[in-house]
Amino acid sequence: MSAPLLELDAVSKKFRRPMSLGDRIAAKLGGTVVPHEVRAVDGVSLSVSHSETVGLVGESGCGKSTLGRIAAGILPPTSGVARLDGKPVMSEGRHPHKLTTRVQTVFQDPFASLNPRRRIGDAIAEGPVAHGLVDRAGSRAYVADQLSRVGLDPSYASRFPHQFSGGQRQRIAIARALAMQPDLLICDEPVASLDVSIQAQVLNLFLELRQSLNLTAIFISHDLGVVRHVSDRVAIMYLGRIVEIGPTADIYAAPKHPYTQALLSSVPRLNRRHEGRRAFKPIAGELPSPTSPPTGCHFHPRCPLAEAQCRSVAPELRPMGLTHWAACHLAVKT
Amino acid sequence: MTAALEVRGLKTHFFTRDGVVKAVDGVDLTIAPGRVLGLVGESGSGKSVTGLSVLGLIDPPGRIVEGSVRLEGQELVGLNREAARRVRGRKIAMIFQDPMMTLNPVLRVDTQMFMALRAHEPVPKDAARQQALAALGRVGLPDPEQCLTAYPHQLSGGMRQRVAIAIALLHSPSVIVADEPTTALDVSIQGQILQEMQRLSADTGVALVWITHDLAVVSSLAHDIAVMYAGRIVEQGPAEDVLAAPRHPYTRGLLDSVPGEAQPGKKLAQIPGSIPALVDLPPGCAFRARCSRADSACETMPEIADLGGARAVRCFHPLEGR
Ligand SMILES: Nc1ncnc2c1ncn2[C@@H]1O[C@H](COP(=O)(O)OP(=O)(O)OP(=O)(O)O)[C@@H](O)[C@H]1O
Ligand SMILES: Nc1ncnc2c1ncn2[C@@H]1O[C@H](COP(=O)(O)OP(=O)(O)OP(=O)(O)O)[C@@H](O)[C@H]1O
Ligand code: SF4
Ligand SMILES: [Mg+2]
Ligand SMILES: [Mg+2]
Repeated sequence: MSAPLLELDAVSKKFRRPMSLGDRIAAKLGGTVVPHEVRAVDGVSLSVSHSETVGLVGESGCGKSTLGRIAAGILPPTSGVARLDGKPVMSEGRHPHKLTTRVQTVFQDPFASLNPRRRIGDAIAEGPVAHGLVDRAGSRAYVADQLSRVGLDPSYASRFPHQFSGGQRQRIAIARALAMQPDLLICDEPVASLDVSIQAQVLNLFLELRQSLNLTAIFISHDLGVVRHVSDRVAIMYLGRIVEIGPTADIYAAPKHPYTQALLSSVPRLNRRHEGRRAFKPIAGELPSPTSPPTGCHFHPRCPLAEAQCRSVAPELRPMGLTHWAACHLAVKT
Repeated sequence: MTAALEVRGLKTHFFTRDGVVKAVDGVDLTIAPGRVLGLVGESGSGKSVTGLSVLGLIDPPGRIVEGSVRLEGQELVGLNREAARRVRGRKIAMIFQDPMMTLNPVLRVDTQMFMALRAHEPVPKDAARQQALAALGRVGLPDPEQCLTAYPHQLSGGMRQRVAIAIALLHSPSVIVADEPTTALDVSIQGQILQEMQRLSADTGVALVWITHDLAVVSSLAHDIAVMYAGRIVEQGPAEDVLAAPRHPYTRGLLDSVPGEAQPGKKLAQIPGSIPALVDLPPGCAFRARCSRADSACETMPEIADLGGARAVRCFHPLEGR
């Protein structure tokens, strides 16, 4: 097997939450205050091979975006390292910065970061010109190519951000990322805010470009159907950890972790050969607070199988098949 | 049997500076007690405005310009403010995507529930407390006692939505209009709430209008489906029939574009273009610019036609049935 393109080596990220008013009062009065620390990502290792798409799923706050930003080199991990082709994606030291343009990101709300008074064409040309991928004279033609590649009329280059619909915005975000000629694309919920008919257009575009440009991707989504459609492998996250990872077909057909099993059976699926309404089998209990995650296996308070060791010992990822891993004390190979 | 809710020819328009937005432009819906009707459609199709119109919650520049809304036979359109308020909250209630539309952030849950209970008739404190606890228990809150003394911000999003649902249930209404109530919640919490709502409608006979853009949710929850496009219902019928054999090209396109059933990695079916703006819609079928079956007949507006078997479709060239 060839060396992976992206390697996340035991990366963790801790965030310090600002103290709440109550905490500050308690601190003033001399009480002890537990620092609000969130382990958004907790010792995650993951490698992504050339031209592979890995889907990242999990509920809100489980650390998907944080992991994606670490992989993209826009957020320094607290410990561990992210490497692209063996080289760190970020510098070390007090003020770490991104070292590569070969990883690019597409976000759910791409226009949040765009200047509303700047024309789209200029926004797309900015990065490539700054990094010498194209000279200023050639930038118009370059932008036109990028736009037509994502199915937009090149004349749109002179328009402003607010003049585009949701689906067009996502195309522009993809064009802007691809203009940097990346090898790896981190897509963070790129279709989450789109209507299904528009979502299908954007997913088709993604599939097409991935193939024609031989792209590698991490595709983050909370939508299990979307992830299944685009991913070669899927990683399931729960409270900062990967609890299961494996080939898409295996994960969906024979999930090994009780959380994955529960997630798959609790999410309503479009069922067109339909035997009437379905009984829901939801996961019991609330999502625990990430500031004080449960001991041992984070899932144990909600797990129907939990035993004594689950409450005290954090399970490691164990092989369930050739390339299928699950972090559960009780999961067994088949 | 009288329908729990019957909507006929409902038109709600917004008179804006840019022109008249015909957000709802001729909607018919019928729902029987204990049934769940899924009202689906993409963003801007008029789902929320339909729900708000049923509750009489449309404010200027919007107005119900035509049509009738009957709740257990009683006409609601044209009721004066006070009469409408009496019906609302007692016989019909609404749940929103954001539970803070219902909840007051500065009041404890018990205060809010007692106020809701006493809005229509005096209730002694003890009885109110019992009723509130019962309602909180019914929506699956693990610790109703503790919840009663909490402020909204001390609860998780899922718990807040449950409290909002409990308040909607307080007077045992005959109809609840739920507007995307689980869209903002995590999937595991969404599953819990869907399960509870399914049970509640079966147990109490409350009729549910479930507004959502999520076809997977309706396919698991609803008895009947109504598909909205550009302010009109374009197809409706029993859920299993509509899902298995859609007759309107738009319904078909929507269902085909959902990933999950499709072969992974293969191109999804897609509907070209996007939803038109609702100001100055050109005459004719609003879907025709995106439709592969459109011809010159479609330049006039098709009527909604009864297909038998409780199904109806608004299209000159409907797809073949099964
Ligand atoms: N800049 C930050 N400061 C403090 N806490 C943060 C910060 N960014 C993320 N967190 C916390 O880290 C955890 C993981 O957040 P993250 O955004 O990675 O989750 P996610 O899986 O992407 O969730 P979602 O599905 O809601 O996007 C959460 O508890 C979040 O509140
Ligand atoms: N107060 C208002 N003034 C003007 N137009 C309005 C107003 N409220 C709604 N509309 C318009 O009415 C149309 C239908 O809106 P509605 O909120 O019912 O859509 P929806 O189907 O609920 O969409 P979504 O899925 O995004 O919630 C939209 O075009 C919207 O812009
Ligand atoms: S009426 Fe015509 S345009 Fe409209 S959906 Fe039917 S075939 Fe298509
Ligand atoms: Mg995120
Ligand atoms: Mg709405």
